[in-house]
Amino acid sequence: MIGSPNAANAFFPHRHLLGIEALSAAEIERLLDLANSYADLPKDDERARRVLRGRTVINLFFETSTRTSTSFELAAKRLGGDVITMSVSTSAIKKGETLLDTAMTLNAMKPDVMVVRHSESGAVNLLSQKVDGSVINAGDGRHEHPTQALLDALTIRRRLGKLDGLLVAICGDILHSRVARSNIYLLTKMGARVRVIAPLTLLPSNIDRMGVEVFTDMKKGLKDVDIVMMLRLQLERMQGAYVPSTREYFRFFGLDYAKLALAKPDALIMHPGPMNRGVEIDSEVADDINRSVIREQVEMGVAVRMACLDALTRNLTGNAPQESRS
Amino acid sequence: MTPPSLPARPPKKQDRPLALVNARLVDPATNRDETGGILVENGVIVATGAQVTRANAPDDAEIQDCHGQVLAPGFIDMRVQLREPGEEHKETIETGSLAAAAGGVTSMVCLPNTEPIIDDVAGVQFIARRARETRRVKIYCYGALTQGLEGKDLVEMALLADSGALGFTDGLHAVRDVQVMRRALTYARSFDALVIQHPEEPGLANGGAMNNGELSTRLGIPGIPAYAEVMMIERDLHLVRGSGARYHASHISTAAAVEAIRKAKQEGLRVTCDTAPPYFSLNENEIGDYRTFAKLSPPLRGEADRRAIAAGLADGVIDCIASDHAPHDVESKRVPFAQAEPGIIGLETLFPIALEPYHKGAMSLLAALRCLTCRPADILGLPQGRLAKGAPADMVLLDIERPYRIDVAKFRSKSKNSPYDGRPVQGIVLKTFVDGRPVFALEGERA
Repeated sequence: MIGSPNAANAFFPHRHLLGIEALSAAEIERLLDLANSYADLPKDDERARRVLRGRTVINLFFETSTRTSTSFELAAKRLGGDVITMSVSTSAIKKGETLLDTAMTLNAMKPDVMVVRHSESGAVNLLSQKVDGSVINAGDGRHEHPTQALLDALTIRRRLGKLDGLLVAICGDILHSRVARSNIYLLTKMGARVRVIAPLTLLPSNIDRMGVEVFTDMKKGLKDVDIVMMLRLQLERMQGAYVPSTREYFRFFGLDYAKLALAKPDALIMHPGPMNRGVEIDSEVADDINRSVIREQVEMGVAVRMACLDALTRNLTGNAPQESRS
Repeated sequence: MTPPSLPARPPKKQDRPLALVNARLVDPATNRDETGGILVENGVIVATGAQVTRANAPDDAEIQDCHGQVLAPGFIDMRVQLREPGEEHKETIETGSLAAAAGGVTSMVCLPNTEPIIDDVAGVQFIARRARETRRVKIYCYGALTQGLEGKDLVEMALLADSGALGFTDGLHAVRDVQVMRRALTYARSFDALVIQHPEEPGLANGGAMNNGELSTRLGIPGIPAYAEVMMIERDLHLVRGSGARYHASHISTAAAVEAIRKAKQEGLRVTCDTAPPYFSLNENEIGDYRTFAKLSPPLRGEADRRAIAAGLADGVIDCIASDHAPHDVESKRVPFAQAEPGIIGLETLFPIALEPYHKGAMSLLAALRCLTCRPADILGLPQGRLAKGAPADMVLLDIERPYRIDVAKFRSKSKNSPYDGRPVQGIVLKTFVDGRPVFALEGERA
């Protein structure tokens, strides 16, 4: 899942960040430490602005996104990089241009980092094989969304001080979720215990082989958990009968106070957004400032993406200034 | 009937007798494995065995010494796609024939999923004409089972069969409507036509791109459950029992399918099946990091199914090995996995991969070659596929021990989509003869 190691950079010996699956616990830890330091910097910190000076970052989104592309764009800007965001709608595809044509065209403009989102699993991996710079996977199909898992981990770590030994429930549409897969890899690597809770139509086959416990009953699955991670019901990917109605879904799998009461008293509520209020999460629960860390997740997103851009560009050789690394 | 524009056959040289001597004759049709020779006159085998020697050959015969190498019937590949007409940028009958000859395939049957689709007499005649013009290996075709491969209306089965269609199939698609399939089998029974099915329940295959399981979950690729295959076979077996038709399940890939076919054969139903090399030599792990050359239809399965297919070949439940040759250009494969076309080229890897069970000790040489020669010939009703007096002199000379690595760059096929590149194998085709005519000789071998 990851490009070839670069011995010159022991900090993060991968050319690309394509997924969590191939990262070691130590590498994840280092990324989180770096992100944590960025989270504490003022947003106009001058030293940070030298990190990507002279570097070009292209956000290439084949699938619409507001928060992720904005978050990456801000992260690159706070590090002083030149960043452009391209939303490649189906128009280029209609003209007959393929994914790799687009990638090669942009590659010719010599970006240092390409941040790529695509609706097909494996598409970012394919693209990474054909470009010269580094590639960050900003979400590919149902496969992985590594920066989301990192920002979730950073949010948890800052609240609870650790990941090791925590009990985390990931609830809802696991089948279609790249967020779930990346989080399962990350949390299990870092020593957390993970439960998945969903109706069986929304659980992919053999998910237990990824080291998680499977529940179909929120009342049992939420018992004593430290973290409740809700997933968006991906209504747009529902071709066919996965759940009969959103009403039934909310009744049995939506997070409300009654179900939340089964978790630990101080359990945190997370959601990668965007939320379907009243479908997978009760509006009041989502907005509960004592329990919900959903806004914090968004905030940590920028810090995590700064850390990823920083770590990957340390591997690059080129004209950009190499002095003044913090 | 030869079109007038074609050059006449080279005069007389054809008709000089050919004596292949000092060979190890391996003929699965008669279970014969002995030292001897073969004498060919006018494209037909006229004598076989120990009495065919250099000394006994006719005075005017061309004599070739086989140096003890295996001489076997030419291979009969019952499932290929040649992409002509319609997709000549992927393969043509010319390049496909070159690949076949190099792979030891002397007869092949192409699927009707061309553009236009082979669902009328003109389509069958087109393939026959192009085969004559190319004049390298024997090329046959199946007719579509339903018009336009749409699964609704039957083709003119009897007319197509009269024109030379060897069977009927909707190619890469199963016939979804069970009533249509029932009528197709029932009608086919009237003429004893062979009906060939791609056994996969379409509702379960729809949207899927690989085998369903832990790996598809990890890769985030929609999976096709393995039982989609046996569901379709079992549905069809009821119809076969009801109609008495001849039914052939293509490229089976699961343990459950092997067992279903085994039971059907024990029951006495007229059922046969084949598999393709990837299903006994590779498993789903070949996909690794989204390698589209490992995307097939049916998909590569788990290791337990792979072993079951190998076992089904060894115990004879699986009748044949077909290459399932499916050429695709780079643009069809260098795309995200779910969007990539399924299939691999197979003509030039058919023999060495089919020989792997022999080298592993799982199958005898006769049994392995039977799957490539007389079994498909019998199913298709062809006279070739045997080293018998009076049979067409379609033969291959094989070095069954020679080790080498598969090098796709050297393939004659126009497309290069093979997952076997670099695989170490044993067994190579030295020479190929069609009607006694040399159509291929390995570099360094005398043609």
